[in-house]
Formats: sequence, C-alpha cells, structure tokens
Amino acid sequence: MSIFVDSDSRILVQGITGSEGSFHARQCIEYGSNVVAGVTPGKGGQMFEDTVPVFNTVAEAVTATGADVSLIFVPPPFAADAVMEAADAGVRLAICITEGVPALDMVDVVGYCNARGTRLIGPNCPGVITPGQCKVGIMPGFVHKEGRVGVISRSGTLTYEAVDQLTRVGIGQSTCIGIGGDPVIGTTHRDCLERFAEDEGTDAVVMIGEIGGSGEEEAAAYIADDYPLPVIAFIAGQTAPPGKRMGHAGAIIAGGKGTAAEKMKALTAAGAHVVESPSEIGAKVLEVLGD
Amino acid sequence: MKLHEYQSKALLRERGVTVPDGHVAASADEARAAAEKLFAAGSARVAVKAQVHAGGRGKGGGIKLASTADEAAEFAGAMLGSQLVTPQTGTEGVPVNTVYIEGGADIANELYVALTLDRSSRCPVVIASAEGGMDIEEVAETNPDAIIREHCAPGWGLRPFQVTRLAYNLGLSGKAARGAAATILKLANAYRDLDASLAEINPLVITGDDNVIALDAKFDIDDNALYRHADLAELHDPSEEEPLELEAAEHSLSYVALDGTVGCMVNGAGLAMGTMDEISNAGGFPANFLDVGGGASVERVANAFRILMKGERVSAVLINIFGGIVRCDRVAKGVIEALGTVEVNVPVVVRLQGTNAEEGREILRQSDLEFLVAETLREAAEKAVNAASGQAEA
Repeated sequence: MSIFVDSDSRILVQGITGSEGSFHARQCIEYGSNVVAGVTPGKGGQMFEDTVPVFNTVAEAVTATGADVSLIFVPPPFAADAVMEAADAGVRLAICITEGVPALDMVDVVGYCNARGTRLIGPNCPGVITPGQCKVGIMPGFVHKEGRVGVISRSGTLTYEAVDQLTRVGIGQSTCIGIGGDPVIGTTHRDCLERFAEDEGTDAVVMIGEIGGSGEEEAAAYIADDYPLPVIAFIAGQTAPPGKRMGHAGAIIAGGKGTAAEKMKALTAAGAHVVESPSEIGAKVLEVLGD
Repeated sequence: MKLHEYQSKALLRERGVTVPDGHVAASADEARAAAEKLFAAGSARVAVKAQVHAGGRGKGGGIKLASTADEAAEFAGAMLGSQLVTPQTGTEGVPVNTVYIEGGADIANELYVALTLDRSSRCPVVIASAEGGMDIEEVAETNPDAIIREHCAPGWGLRPFQVTRLAYNLGLSGKAARGAAATILKLANAYRDLDASLAEINPLVITGDDNVIALDAKFDIDDNALYRHADLAELHDPSEEEPLELEAAEHSLSYVALDGTVGCMVNGAGLAMGTMDEISNAGGFPANFLDVGGGASVERVANAFRILMKGERVSAVLINIFGGIVRCDRVAKGVIEALGTVEVNVPVVVRLQGTNAEEGREILRQSDLEFLVAETLREAAEKAVNAASGQAEA
C-alpha cells in the first residue's frame, strides 16, 4: 500500500525533451515507473527513448494515454502555466520539481488546482516515490526500500539522508514525499499525514521540517488530536539565525516566527518523537517501532 | 530584495498614492538644497531620514526633524557616512549612504497597513491596525485584537468591498474612509504587480483635513520574480549585505555567514541546515551555511571552497555530500581538483554518502591532500569539531 502514487500510476513528464526532464524521465523509467507520455510544445509526434510518445499539449497526452500523474520539469517563468495546463487536462496529481517559481504565481496556481480537484506537490521539491513501485521525481531510487514507514519532508538531500538511515537499519518506506521548500506549496505536512493515516500500508511517519512558516505547527495541532500513527520528527535549522533565508525560499525566521525551537516544542507537545540530531532519525524510528 | 523608502515611495506615487514631497541627498549640501526647496514650497518642517533597509530607524536616530535648511544639512551630514544602529540591526549597524529629505505632514491619525504572504492560507493578506507608527510585531504581541486582516483570494485578489470594510473597521468614516480604502487597494495592486513579498505603509497618515498620505513605505521584492522586473532589479542596493553572501550569490551559491569556527559545504539546503545542527550537537558551531546545490560540480565546489575559506574564524572545514543522482566518486575528484586551486591551511573533513560513496572515499584516501574521511554525519561533525578546537589551541 502507499499514498499518491503506485504501480498503476500513469505518468507523463512535462518538459521531457529538456536536459533535466530527459535525464530524470530516463531514471524514472529505469526504476520501473510507468512513464506513458511526454509533453513539449513543438515536439509533438516525436518518440522519447523510442518508447514514450511526445505530445504538444497535456490535454492531447492525457486523451491519448490516460496519464493521471504529471511530473513537471519546466523552467521557472513557465512552471506555473505548466501546472495549470496539467490541472486543466484533468491530471489527478501534478508534481512540480522546478525551483525558483515566483511565490505569487503559486498562489493562483494552488487556487486553480484546488478548484479542479488536482493535487499539486511542490514546487521546489524532489517528488514522490513509492519504493518498489513507482518513482516520480529526482530522488536516488536505490537508497529506498519497500516497507511501512511514510516519509514527509520539505527538503531533498536531507530526505535521502533520512531514508538511507531507515534502509540501513532495515526499515522500508511506504511512500516518501518531498513537499518542497517554497513559501507556497500545494501539499502540506498535514495533508500527507491525513493520507498516511488512511493508508493500511503505513505504520509510522517520519516528518522532516525546517525553519520558516507554520506548516509544522499545523501538523502538530493535527496529530495532537488522536493521530493513529507514531510520528518521528526532525526540524532542520536549529542553529539558523533570524531574518536570513537558508537556501530554500521558504526557510526563513521572519519577525521572530518560524523557529526550529517553536516547531520542536509544538511537535513534542503533540506527542511526536522529536529528535535533535538528523543522525538519530533511523535509530529513533527503530526504537519507536520496537516498542 | 529590499527597497529603500524613497524607492518604495516613488513606486507608490506612480500608482496614485499620495506621498509627501521629498528629495534624495547624498551630501549635506544636497540635503540643504532639498530642504530649501521644500521650505520654499511651504513646509513648516522637514524630515531627514536615513535610507537603510533595516526597520526601527527612528529609535536609532535615523529620522530627525529640521526647522531650517541649515539644520537639515547638519543632520544629514551627521548621518551620511555613519553606521546606523537600530533595534533591527547588529551592533555594528548599517552604513548610511543616502538620506531622504521630506516635507512634513499634518498628522491627525496614524494607521498601519501592509500586504504580505499568509503562508498557511496560501494567499496574500492585508494586515492593518489603528496603531500606526508602531512595529506590527509589537502590536501582535501586546494587542493582537487590534490587528485586522483581509485575505486576497487566489485569482481574484483584494476586492473593493474588502478595503471598504477594512477602512470602517479601522474606525474611519467619510472622506478619510474612502481615501484609506482607495490607498489600500492601490497598495495591494502594487504588491501584486511588483511581485512583492512585503508592501508596507507605516504610518499611513490621516491629515487634519481627512487626506490620506503614506508617510513611510517599504517594499521587499520576491527574488524569484526579479527576472520579470528588470527595472526593479536595478534598484538593488547591496551596501547593507555581507560581502561574502554577495560573492556567493554571483556564483549562484547560497551562503550565510555565521559566527562559529566549522566551515561547512553541503549539497542541498535542508541537509546543510541539518549539518549545521549536527555540528552544534557535537559541541561546536558552524561558521556558515553553504548549499553547493544538488549537482556539486567541480566549478561550484571550487567557488564554494574559496568563499567559505574567506570566513575569518574558519578553523576546520566539513564537506558533507549526499550523492544521489550525482556520483560520489565524481564529487571526490571535484573536491580534489577544487582544493588544488585554493589554499587550504585547516583540516578538511569529508563525508560522502550515497551513490558510489566507497569509491569516492577511496579516491580521497589515495590523494596527496590530507583529508579526514568520515562515513556518518555524526562522525563527520565530531571530527570537524575536534579538528576545529585542535586548530584553535595550536
């Protein structure tokens, strides 16, 4: 079991002929993901890797192939429009990898997706993987292992680090979601927690947050109300200074709000198992599942 | 990207918001000339305002009222070239390179109004309060009920009924309410059109004859949107930023100077923060945040190394790379090549994990350069902290 994507997911890649898009589309196919279509305006009629048909528009691709998940590698000036095109074509899930999309573009895009029932993950995220079934993103597939722990994170490499720790102690993952490091994102920690709670294949959730915003506090308020699964959490940026953007557009302590300490306190109070060190994530999950 | 008051007011004036007459000055003489013009136009007093991005200027002595042009010149001369310390700057303060000389206003009532992004509602929000002139964070602490909010619906933006409601909720009526509502709508349009992350008027003044004037203004522009605002990008004043942060930005690297001794270079922002936290857990403190990006190419690693070695207190370096798509053996070669171009006189701890990590470590072990090689993040942090304290004692 899993959330968001599985072996039945039919994936289309927007920007499949670009350098990023083609590289990662190939990696997803090698992992075993069912990539059924690509979209690049002007390149319709071509074949990608001799097996994947390329279309000029998402609507055409969806009609021809029944694609229901779109993986988006479109440069920042065009990314918002690409997500809207996917939503308009009726794609169930749009995953936007692009970093550097203006925040106000995403405000309208999130509203547009919500009105059409399309779930957006990202932008500025590594994507989603259900180990052993389907990789829709840029994460290294080999560090993952099939299993029953869900992972939610705002970051990329820090997630790979946490997943690697889990895999090394023998703990597999049900689904791992990078929700993205931008101030406006389509899917939040809380949204993912809700879905994991309904998933029979998930026994525990690892939640990796970071400074900035209040997504972790909102997740904490949600799990405080009888959340059925154990949550193991780490918040990055305990040593980050206020007022400075730490790489991610959304990672900033603004007006004294959004500190790691506040988030850790809220999660601890909500009953989550909060670790102070990113090195302790794997061991903590092992300990919690062993209880 | 933060804009100065005078830049922000010019943008508001273009959009029909009433702002006092004012002139920018970079010397005492220019300040005197500006003040003379304002006095000739009928101002009873003029304000001399230091143009710095930091807030709290008034408390730091960065805003002075002058009754004569000579007095304005005197205030300007004292401010220009000085370091202004406000509650929002460090103890070193920030340099004052320009001042803004502005006519006075007949203040009957002061309001606060700003647009910012409400991250949890995922849309812009107007924040307003009848307690103008005060720091909004202070109002939020001491009197949260005094803050009024109106959200801008995605795709629709702020609607006229909302600003009318806002004006009445601020206790205004008649001409003042109409003027404030119109001004707030213009501010919201400016926020959207300029891709701002903050657009603030504090105070928004209601004059004795019920006119509405923006007495101070502040814009912060979304860096990710600057590609479509070439005119705004030209307004960038880097003088208050850390030189190393600017240099890093030129190389598309994300760097933040901190005050510890362990320099670090990591691929990915989240892992970079996690590495800093682990250094702190190991009893040290990071000298910087530095994200070399997911790819960690030779050129980026070399640039990153050069910048982080300029940190004055760096007494050990920790390189933490999680190889995903990028292979660790290539990263290892990149690190060796990069270190050949930079003088490094402190211990360097390298931790490679992920794709081809063992091959990468072997390449490092066999190189002529002396690396401390670590496998886990914790081991790497401990080695780096020990090395840094060893250096400090030596």
